[in-house]
Amino acid sequence: MQEQTSKALSNFEGKPNEVIPMLQAVQDETGYLPEEAIRDIADLIGIPESKVYGTATFYSQFYFSPRGKHSIKVCLGTACHVRGGMQVMDALERELGIKAGETTADFKFNLERVNCVGSCALAPVVMVGDNVFGRLVPKQAKEVLEKSDPEV
Amino acid sequence: MYEKHIMICGATGCLSSGSNQIAEALKEELEKQGIKDKYRLVMGGCPGFCEVGPIIVIYPDEVFYCRLKTKDMAELVEQHLIGGEIVERLLYKGPDVEAPARFYDTIPFYSKQKFNVLRNSGIIDPESIDEYIMRGGYRALKRALQMDPQAICDEVKDAGLRGRGGAGFPTGLKWGFTNKAPGDKKYIVCNADEGDPGAFMDRSILEGDPHAILEGMLIAGRACGADEGYIYCRAEYPLAIRRLKTAIQQAEEYGLLGTNILDSGFNFKMNIKEGAGAFVCGEETALLASIEGKRGMPRPRPPFPAQVGVFGKPTTINNVETLANIPLIVREGGAEEFKKVGTEGSKGTKVFALAGKVRNTGLVEGPMGITIEEIIFDVGGGIQGGREFKAVQAGGPSGGCIPQDLINLPIDYDSLTKAGAIMGSGGLVVMDDRTCMVDLAKYFLSFTQKESCGKCTPCREGTKRMLEILERISEGEGIPEDLDTLDSLAHSIKDSSLCGLGQTCPNPVLTTIRYFRHEYEEHINENYCRSGICKPLFQYVIDQENCNGCRACVRVCPVDAIEGEKKEPHEIDQELCTRCGSCIEKCRFDCIMITRVGSEADVGN
Repeated sequence: MQEQTSKALSNFEGKPNEVIPMLQAVQDETGYLPEEAIRDIADLIGIPESKVYGTATFYSQFYFSPRGKHSIKVCLGTACHVRGGMQVMDALERELGIKAGETTADFKFNLERVNCVGSCALAPVVMVGDNVFGRLVPKQAKEVLEKSDPEV
Repeated sequence: MYEKHIMICGATGCLSSGSNQIAEALKEELEKQGIKDKYRLVMGGCPGFCEVGPIIVIYPDEVFYCRLKTKDMAELVEQHLIGGEIVERLLYKGPDVEAPARFYDTIPFYSKQKFNVLRNSGIIDPESIDEYIMRGGYRALKRALQMDPQAICDEVKDAGLRGRGGAGFPTGLKWGFTNKAPGDKKYIVCNADEGDPGAFMDRSILEGDPHAILEGMLIAGRACGADEGYIYCRAEYPLAIRRLKTAIQQAEEYGLLGTNILDSGFNFKMNIKEGAGAFVCGEETALLASIEGKRGMPRPRPPFPAQVGVFGKPTTINNVETLANIPLIVREGGAEEFKKVGTEGSKGTKVFALAGKVRNTGLVEGPMGITIEEIIFDVGGGIQGGREFKAVQAGGPSGGCIPQDLINLPIDYDSLTKAGAIMGSGGLVVMDDRTCMVDLAKYFLSFTQKESCGKCTPCREGTKRMLEILERISEGEGIPEDLDTLDSLAHSIKDSSLCGLGQTCPNPVLTTIRYFRHEYEEHINENYCRSGICKPLFQYVIDQENCNGCRACVRVCPVDAIEGEKKEPHEIDQELCTRCGSCIEKCRFDCIMITRVGSEADVGN
C-alpha cells in the first residue's frame, strides 16, 4: 500500500493547489484513500492532516474504505428518475441485500447512486465498470449482476 | 485520398448503445473485403439524436443510418459502400415520417434546429486540429489578436451573447470588468463542471468540438488581458478530458497555444483541472476554491471574480457553451450574423438536452425563442407511448416546471424567469401523466439538500426542513398547513442564501405548488397519488372485466406478486406488491389501474 501511495505521489511538487489531483492519483492507484495516504499528502505539502481530510471528505468522488470488486452505479439523474430508476435501485438492493452506498460482505459488489451519466436516452441506466445497461426494468436486476460477475 | 468518410458517433449516448462494437464490426468487414484503405472511419462527436443510436453518417453521400446492430455492417458495406445503393432498412423510420428519411433535412428531429454551437459536432474528427481549421477554426483568434482588447469585449457585448451556464449575464460586459481590473496576472476559467442531472450538452461540445473551447478561451484571454486558463471539468467525463488534452497538445504544436501566439506577442498557457464530484462547484466562487485545492465552498460577492478570482487574481469564468459561441461571434461579420437569430433579450441559439418521457431524446440546438411545443412535439416527436404531456422541467434542480397550458411559451431567459423556471444549463426533462409532481419536487430538493455545502444556514437547514415536509406529504402524513410553510421557507431560502445553489433550489417546489397545487392537496387531504408514484398512497388493481390472462404481468413482476391461471383474470397480492410499476408498463390492454389504497372500485386515471 505504502509503495502504491508513494508511486502515485511521485509526480507532484507539493503545492497546496495539488491536494485534489494528489488524492485522485492515490485513489486511482489503491481504489480508496487509506489513512496513511492522507498523512503522506499532508507531509508533502506541509499542511495539517485535517486540512487534507477536510478537502477529501467534501467531494463525493473519494472513498475512505476498500470497495467491492464491481462498482454498480445506478443513475438517478432526472431522466432516469422519471423513467423508474428508483425501482431498479430497489430491485438491486433486494438482490444484493445491501443498501445504496454499501458494499457486499464478500467485497464483490458495491452499490451507489450517481447523478446523470449522460445516457438519458437509455434511461433508466445502470453502469457496472464501463458497461452500460440501459432501458432496464426491475426484473432485470439479477441479469445485470450475472452479466457483471460470472460467479453470481 | 479517401472515397468516403464514415462518421460513427462516439459520444456517450451512442457508446452506451454499443457504437464501439459497431465500429469494430465495420472495421472487420472492410478488412474482410480488402477495402479498408478506401474509407476513413472516425469516432466522431454527437449528432444529437441519442434516441436512435448507434448512428453512422456517411459522407459525402450524407446518409444517416441509425439503430444499428453489429450484424448490419456486412449489408452496409456490401450494399452501400461497394454497391453504391442506400440500405433503406437502416434509415430513420418513425411515425413522424412517411418514408424512410435519408438525412438532416428530411428527419423531423432536425427540422427546427439551428446549429451554431454544434456546428462541427458529428461533422469533424474531434481529434484533428486540421479538420477544425478547415471548417474556419482559429480564424476568429487571428482576428482577435489584431484587435484592441476592449473592442473585442464590445463586439461580444454588442452581439448580445449571455452566459449559457444559467444566470444569463452578458458575456462582453463580464470580460470588460476583468479587462479593466488592475493587475498584470489574470486568468480565464472554463466552467465544465456540468452537474445538472439531465444535462449533457457541455459534455457533447467538449467531446465533439474541443478546439472551439480552446479558441473561445484564447479570445477571452486576449480580451481580458489574461495569459493563463483553467478548464475545470467533471472527472466523470474521461473522454472529454482526453479529447481536451489531445486538442491542447495539437494547438501547442501549431503555435496556437504557448508563447508569442501567431507572432502577435500574446502568450497563453492552458491547464485542465478535474473536478471531484461536488455540484456546488458549478457556482463560480466555489469552483475557484476547488481549483486552489480547497473545499469547494462559495464565498460572498463582492468582490467579484473579475476583481479577486483564482489565486486572488482577476478572473473571468465562462461556461462551455458560452465559449463555444465565441469563435462564431468574433470572426469577420460574426456578431451581426449572431444577432439575427433569437429574441429581443436573448440572442443566438441554445442547446437543450431533451430527455424524460419524450419520444426523441437527444441534444437539440434551437434558436432562442423556440417554443416548448416546437421542441417537445416537432423535434421531440411527442410523448412516449402516446401518453398525455403534463409538464416539462426546465433548468434542472435550479429551474422549475412548466405545465401543459404554457406550451406556447418561447424559451428565452426572460420568458422562463417569468414562468418561475430558469434557462439554467438547458436541461429539458419531459413528464407525462405518470409523473407525480410532489415526488418531482422531492427528488430535486433531495438532490440540492445533499449537495448543499453547509456554509450558510438558510440553505443548509432550510432545504432539510423543506425536504422533511415533502417526505411527509409523499408518505401520506401531510397536513394542510404544509403548503404555506413550504412557501414561506422557500422564499426565505431564496432571499437569504449565499450562492446560486440556495437561491434557486426552491424553484422546483414553488413551481410545482404554483401549477399543480391540486396534486399536493390530493396527497394531503385524500391520501392519494394519482400518478402512481408515492408508494403508500396508491395501489395497483387488475381490471377483472378486461384482463384476458395473457400472463405478461406475471412474468415481469420481480417479486411474484401477481397470480392467476392462463386466460383467467389475474390478481395482485397487495401484501407482496412493491409498487414498482413493471406490470403497468407491460400490460398492453390497459388492465392495470392505479386506485386509492383499499378501494377496488374507485378507479384513478
